[in-house]
Amino acid sequence: MPNAFWCIVEDDRNGSPKKVMAEVIGEAARLAPGRVEAVWLTDKASEAGLKQLGEWGASRVLLLENAAFAPYRSEVWTAAAAELATKESPAAILAPVTSRQREFVARLAAKLGVGLSADSVRFAIEGDKLVATRPVYAGKLLSKVTWAKSPWVATLRPNVFRPADAQTGKTATVDRPSLSAPGAQMKFVERREEVSTGLPELTEAETVISGGRGMKGPENYVILEELGRVIGAAVGASRAAVDAGWRPHRFQIGQTGRTISPKLYLGFGVSGAIQHLAGMRTSKVIVAINKDPEAPIFKIADFGIVADLFEVVPELTKEFKKLLEK
Amino acid sequence: MKILVTIKQVPDTATQVKIAADGKTIETTGITWIVSPYDEFAVEEALRIKEKRGQGEVVAVSLGPDRVKEALRSCLAMGCDRAIHLNDPAWSAADTLATAKALAAVIKQEAPQLVLCGRQAIDDDMGAVTAQLAEMLGWPSAYWIMEEAIDGDGKSVRAARQVEGGLEVFDLPLPAVLAAQKGLNEPRYPTLKGIMGAKKKEIKDVKAGDLGITAEPPQLSVVGLEALPARPPGRIIQGDVPTAVKELVRALREDAKAI
Repeated sequence: MPNAFWCIVEDDRNGSPKKVMAEVIGEAARLAPGRVEAVWLTDKASEAGLKQLGEWGASRVLLLENAAFAPYRSEVWTAAAAELATKESPAAILAPVTSRQREFVARLAAKLGVGLSADSVRFAIEGDKLVATRPVYAGKLLSKVTWAKSPWVATLRPNVFRPADAQTGKTATVDRPSLSAPGAQMKFVERREEVSTGLPELTEAETVISGGRGMKGPENYVILEELGRVIGAAVGASRAAVDAGWRPHRFQIGQTGRTISPKLYLGFGVSGAIQHLAGMRTSKVIVAINKDPEAPIFKIADFGIVADLFEVVPELTKEFKKLLEK
Repeated sequence: MKILVTIKQVPDTATQVKIAADGKTIETTGITWIVSPYDEFAVEEALRIKEKRGQGEVVAVSLGPDRVKEALRSCLAMGCDRAIHLNDPAWSAADTLATAKALAAVIKQEAPQLVLCGRQAIDDDMGAVTAQLAEMLGWPSAYWIMEEAIDGDGKSVRAARQVEGGLEVFDLPLPAVLAAQKGLNEPRYPTLKGIMGAKKKEIKDVKAGDLGITAEPPQLSVVGLEALPARPPGRIIQGDVPTAVKELVRALREDAKAI
């Protein structure tokens, strides 16, 4: 049998794979039908989580369960995954873009001496090679890249690839390979939780609301959060708003912030500077609300309203409420 | 304490980029070049560590053609003590692995206690070199650093990395590699004195042979660059606010099926 496409599992740190894994497994299955394997490094996998991976389409789960794998440390994960990769010789190693997966697969690629395509948005098998497409130069161009040898290591931008449909009853074989005991130089001290807004995480949300300089001040983001609660959206901000100190940096969308690719993006008082577009231009539907008809964001928006956001937001919240109550 | 900072020269975000005739690279004429913003956070942090400890040396390193000297010069103007320029045509097609390999070789020669990098360079956004360097050196690394503190005797660093939902704090024995995230600090502007002083500081040219390495063919290569597919033309919804909003909600539901 030709070699497998590995999907590195991103989990919720609580024993379950994140739903972005349906996208990674779905894409792997399109590229290599019947050859999809999930590789899961965790301190504790749940039975439900293992079942979920099978239903999404992994035929086999390579479960590396060890207390040393949580919290994630690149040196520990890399040593284990590289040892396994040397035994198993996968054709490809795919992972979703999250902060830790980006670091992990880069280190793994170095250990294996192979290339890496980060933040990929498209794949194709051309001849006997994988070709990946990824945005470069602030998303102004797309770069097609290929590997000199396998395993082809890549990360996938969330919300871009079509998720696998879960098939009830489909199961994966679970193997627990035995590996050398992990050693680590870095020691975990503590985790500091952010104050939760109760809204979805920016990079995972299907709908994202963004407030720019037009928000006029930090106090006004409450109206966006209220709208966010109604439609289940994450609330982010432009660099201008973050640099003004209105929102913490973790909410910044754009080149020096988070890259998002939601189904629906709603920008309020966002002008659409290139560095903001770099972080959101692969959104499927873009809506722009701005007083200035010349704002560059209207050039890439699918729908726009030229008006004062402080009039539009309450009206929009009301209308969405009505619609969703139906 | 000796700190090495890796930097990359990249096109300014606002610069227009055009695909060159080879279809694989960009046209470099008319481009405004800058130090990649995340690398400025790394430079700033290195300078702050040196200032806080009251002694030490900060060395800026970059790989690229002749124009990269300008980027190194601005790091010297910010306050770096000297610079190393990995300047060899053998590296012209360097991928992240080849770049990391060259940087790792310099680091072995220089033997710093700490290496600071930016989270990713804003041209190819690969964000891989930091972790790959750490692997080649066998050092621990921490990504997306929002805070760091080196212990008094310079044996370890406590670093907080940004993760989805919070911060994770680790102690890393030195030497280690840290990747700076935005929010770590506010980079300084070079002073006039700094700019004048930078002219006298050393920028050493280094070739692959000087490091005892040979440039290998890239493991990842660019097949071609493409322009973005055009988005379908958008629609400005007219009318007073209540009417326009009603129509927007209808269109999002029925036409775009986005909600």
